[in-house]
Amino acid sequence: MTTTVAGAPAGSGGGARVARLAQRQGALVILVAAVLAATFAFDSFGTAGNLENIALQASFLAVVALGMTFVIMSGGIDLSVGSVFALGGVLAAWGSRYGTLAALLVPLVVCGAIGLVQGLVIARGGLPPFIVTLAGLLFARGLLLLISDEGARTYKVPPDSAFRELAQGSLLGVGYPVWIVLAAFGLGGLVLHRSSYGSTVLAIGGQEDAADLMGLPVLRTKVIAYTTCGVLAGFGGLLMASYTSSGVTVLGVGMELEVISAVVLGGTLLTGGAGTVLGSLVGVLLLQVIRNVINQVGSLNSNWQAVISGAILLVVVTAQRWLAKVEGR
Amino acid sequence: MSERLASRPRSRREPDRPRRVRIDPDWIRRNGVYVALALLLVINIAITDNFVSDATLRLQLIQVTPVLIVALGMALVIGTQGIDLSVGAVMALAAALIPLYIGYGTAVAITIAVLAGGISGALAGTLVARVGVQPIIATLGIMVAGRGVANLFGGEIKSIRDPGVVALGSGSLLGVPYVVVIAAVVAATTWFLVRRSTFGRQLVAIGGNKRAAELAGLPVRRVLLTTYVLCGLLAALAGVLLAARSQASDPTKVGLLVELSAITAVVLGGTPLSGGQVRIAGTIAGALLMQLITATLIFHDIPDSTAQIAQAVIVVAAVYVQLGRRKARS
Repeated sequence: MTTTVAGAPAGSGGGARVARLAQRQGALVILVAAVLAATFAFDSFGTAGNLENIALQASFLAVVALGMTFVIMSGGIDLSVGSVFALGGVLAAWGSRYGTLAALLVPLVVCGAIGLVQGLVIARGGLPPFIVTLAGLLFARGLLLLISDEGARTYKVPPDSAFRELAQGSLLGVGYPVWIVLAAFGLGGLVLHRSSYGSTVLAIGGQEDAADLMGLPVLRTKVIAYTTCGVLAGFGGLLMASYTSSGVTVLGVGMELEVISAVVLGGTLLTGGAGTVLGSLVGVLLLQVIRNVINQVGSLNSNWQAVISGAILLVVVTAQRWLAKVEGR
Repeated sequence: MSERLASRPRSRREPDRPRRVRIDPDWIRRNGVYVALALLLVINIAITDNFVSDATLRLQLIQVTPVLIVALGMALVIGTQGIDLSVGAVMALAAALIPLYIGYGTAVAITIAVLAGGISGALAGTLVARVGVQPIIATLGIMVAGRGVANLFGGEIKSIRDPGVVALGSGSLLGVPYVVVIAAVVAATTWFLVRRSTFGRQLVAIGGNKRAAELAGLPVRRVLLTTYVLCGLLAALAGVLLAARSQASDPTKVGLLVELSAITAVVLGGTPLSGGQVRIAGTIAGALLMQLITATLIFHDIPDSTAQIAQAVIVVAAVYVQLGRRKARS
């Protein structure tokens, strides 16, 4: 079933083709429907300011989701991204007092190193990604507490720092983070769908043993995927620190699950081997639109956001399974 | 001549000799969690003031009960090659329901709270067994939605003054706190289920090879569903006990990250994440080990940061040692 989803057009009838399309783009259909419904329901939703706000708010999660997409597509998972995101933010705020270069480099290097170690332990040691990255979650949070005096200290970005511009500046009325996300996803899409590295990731996710027998560089590909994921999670935190002008230590708790939800909503199979980078972006946007709509409905409190996000996740994956069965026939 | 004769039998016995001289590494791997637990106990007895006391022992046992009960349910799910991320949210939901229904009496409130866990488990089980959604995704969805539902029901922190619930949380039977007694009963029951019942044998068989179990005519769907329902019920029970002990329910805090502690306890105890095996005694030891690690770090005023880094290293090391065993076998 996985292989049919992966690409080969197995279904013969038009029904199967529709099913396949809906299965892959289910989140996009829901996203478009949600945006249309919200535009009609709330005058304040469809405004340029609000849509730009949604895009900006989504950009932090989107950066992290891009890295996660590669890891999940290789058949792995990374639970550490929430902690690494927070760590990246704190390191960036801490580094910003030593200049913009330090604010950029310190988090990327440290977070990349955490990803690299996780990748090495997973690929070389053969340990389950779930456990290794769970330990990574604890480790990154421990490191974060160590830097911030057990969470008692919040580092501020100096007011005159150019580092603030990174997330607070804008081009053509659209914030830099949105442009960064567009560029990152464009690049990510090219790498995943047009490069040999991308096809190796998909091959490993599809069937690791087969990829290994074919002589593909399984170890190296995995290590690169986890390192990239760490770098991007740290970059997301760095952007957040630039946006809020401080390194907030409590951020990122539970973020790993939000990111995984977004990637899965986007149609990437958690078993690996199939999915698109664009889908993950759609998944992130869908979660952000839900959040925004709930804010628009004054009478609903933010807890509804969790309920609706969880319900949509379950509905989409259930629909995906059913459609996969339809297609299989 | 006589020397050669004498040396021969000795060389024949040689394969046995390493056993006497050094400890079999495989034995350590199999029983690593017990060895680590014993070591940590000895270290604490040696260096921690007032460690050997009734109060310390009681407190440790009381504190480990919620995670232990959740971990026992988790062990069953992991045995089927599944995973349940929703347990923390289910704990919060159960705790949030108690103050809501306490007006109808203690028994009613507790029953509703525990049953809510069963319903959540049934939803997870249906998604996994019938629809074929991956366990991690199905329970992730329930986790996200469940915490939201708990917050909607529970709102902010509510205190629980009902004498029945308070007694459940702080009373004791022959000097042993009720919560510890309940945890012991749950542990014994799960052990019996896994080792002595048909259900347990089917569960392990499904975890070992689902396709083979199906071909052998085992009721795969029913067993999977039951397993998730049991896990949900136990998570809810843990939530009830936690609320009873703290005499309050705080839906945003109860059960936070419990899923990760429970999974770690199960894995430390020697149950492989790949399913097909359930080790109840190991799970208990795993939960106790985690509790003791946390307690030891607190006893010695080691800050949170160092404690979390230490836990991370311990988890990876434990799994690495276990993996060695699996490689040696295959």
